[in-house]
Amino acid sequence: MNESALKGGRVSNAIFHLFFVLLSIGILAPFLLIVSVSLTDEKALAEFGYSFIPSRFSLVAYDFILQSPAALLRAYGNTIFITVIGTVLSLLLTSMVAYVVSRRDYRLRVPLTVYIFFTMLFSGGLVPFYILMTQYLHLKDSLWAIILPGMLSPFYVLIMKGFMGKIPHELIESTKVDGASERRIFFQMILPLSTPALATLGLFIAFNYWNEWFNALLFIDNDKLVPLQLLLVRIMNTLDFLRNNSEYIQSLGLDMSQLPNESMRMALVILVAGPMMFIFPFFQKYFVQGMTVGSLKG
Amino acid sequence: MRQSEAVLSGAAAEGRPKSRRKPRLRSSDKELSLLALPAAIYIFVFSYLTMFGVIIAFKNYRYDKGIWGSEWVGLANFEFFFLTEKAYIVTRNTVLYNVWFFIVTTLCALLVAVLLNEISRKWSKYYQTVMFLPTFVSWVVIMYLAEIFLHHDYGFINQVLQAFGAERVRWYLEPANWPAILTVAHLWKSIGFSALVYYAGIVAIDPSYYEAARIDGATRFQMVRKITIPMLAPLITILLIMNIGSMFRGDFGLHFFVSGNSPLLYNSVDIIDTFVYRALSVSGDTSMAAAVGLYQSLVGFVLVVAANYVVRKINEENSLW
Repeated sequence: MNESALKGGRVSNAIFHLFFVLLSIGILAPFLLIVSVSLTDEKALAEFGYSFIPSRFSLVAYDFILQSPAALLRAYGNTIFITVIGTVLSLLLTSMVAYVVSRRDYRLRVPLTVYIFFTMLFSGGLVPFYILMTQYLHLKDSLWAIILPGMLSPFYVLIMKGFMGKIPHELIESTKVDGASERRIFFQMILPLSTPALATLGLFIAFNYWNEWFNALLFIDNDKLVPLQLLLVRIMNTLDFLRNNSEYIQSLGLDMSQLPNESMRMALVILVAGPMMFIFPFFQKYFVQGMTVGSLKG
Repeated sequence: MRQSEAVLSGAAAEGRPKSRRKPRLRSSDKELSLLALPAAIYIFVFSYLTMFGVIIAFKNYRYDKGIWGSEWVGLANFEFFFLTEKAYIVTRNTVLYNVWFFIVTTLCALLVAVLLNEISRKWSKYYQTVMFLPTFVSWVVIMYLAEIFLHHDYGFINQVLQAFGAERVRWYLEPANWPAILTVAHLWKSIGFSALVYYAGIVAIDPSYYEAARIDGATRFQMVRKITIPMLAPLITILLIMNIGSMFRGDFGLHFFVSGNSPLLYNSVDIIDTFVYRALSVSGDTSMAAAVGLYQSLVGFVLVVAANYVVRKINEENSLW
């Protein structure tokens, strides 16, 4: 239908494509630049600055990181743990409550709906949350402090409920007549039928967990529990600290010029963000489908 | 209080004569309740308990004494915040950035979505994939990407400036440039997603409108103006309401990381969220941070209810509830 809608002809099409090509370049440029910097020799950086083509090619930065990969690997492990456990639990919790809310014949449907969605309107804010987590749930320095807070979002319940609400009620009724319990109906019939919605939502949730840094920033001090994103924050802060306290470094007898400082940081960013950058575009089409599953009104 | 009212009015709205019978729970209701129980407990702990926690804002909170043990101080925490010019600065920044971001993103995303619809599906997919990439990147990574452009000695922009004989700029020390920098960063990250939302809206429009318009001899531009944009109006309205509701909430990551959390930039990049975070974690002024957080939540609540009320008055279809 699109092709037939075209009326303007080739000239305007060329202009549109030019627009998108320029836009794409603008969007990709930062990525290209960071890759280039990570592959540039440290001394060349000091001489010529950051540029799109490495002025002197070097793999030292990657070498340096991969020589002692313990911190990086541990951060990967933590992030993978958080993402997998978090996504599974979150999907389970979300789909269970979404299913109940989607059942028109459930007598407590209205109060339960209000109970869930009121939380979208008002929240206590950061401080009560912080105190709850640290003083009452004692979750400081625990990976659960990153997993638990993002586990249930009313918005995802809404999306899931929209999907489950479309499953014909007769299907549920007939299974019930056959003597199945509600729990069985949910786990053996509804969940398998909801696979598309679960996959889409799971993708969103997994992505959120993978990129999570806020709760890590608040609750994680222990070096062993640092996830990837927090690792990057810490590297930035440490290097700022070293740069601003040159006397301290001299007192330690460290030679800063030996460290492939700039290129190493950028190489680390690539090692942290790179894998996801390659994986996620393949899931893009599911994201697009997810948008229509949970489409807003209209 | 509010909640029970809402429950009552909600039940009344259902208004089925059936519900006049005593609502005794059947066994299936009990089983379903059991399924919903874990989530209900979760929501109680993580949402409702923190709502009760706002009383910290009226106390002089001390960790050793706990919430109940700490002494009441009335509105002193609020006074402390509102008497400084900080209150004005962070509120202004939060609201202005939100309004500005909404305008810029909506206009750009609409333009991109309309143009995407004008080119072939195959190509639009490629462009969308590229535009979607920044959506998958966290603000922490973007902090590094920004630095690569803005670094004083090595940064790409300063390289270019120098090549043209201009002075290098100390970006992280000059507040005046930051509204523009944050706008670019925000747009870069959000354009793919926003454009997709509008593009999905355009694709859903009944093609017969366009066919009819074409038979009447409408140009592409006329079709966009008279069909596409009006048909997207409900979507834009809903996004606007949601945006008004979160007018007092900013994107912590954008303002905190992209600016490198540089104290010299606070006046132009600080928002309520970053201010509360610093009050809590750096200066350790827990009660004042709680007061500011409560102020943020209350105003946000009033805004979203008010916005929804106004929209419902104008056109019920477009309101959130």
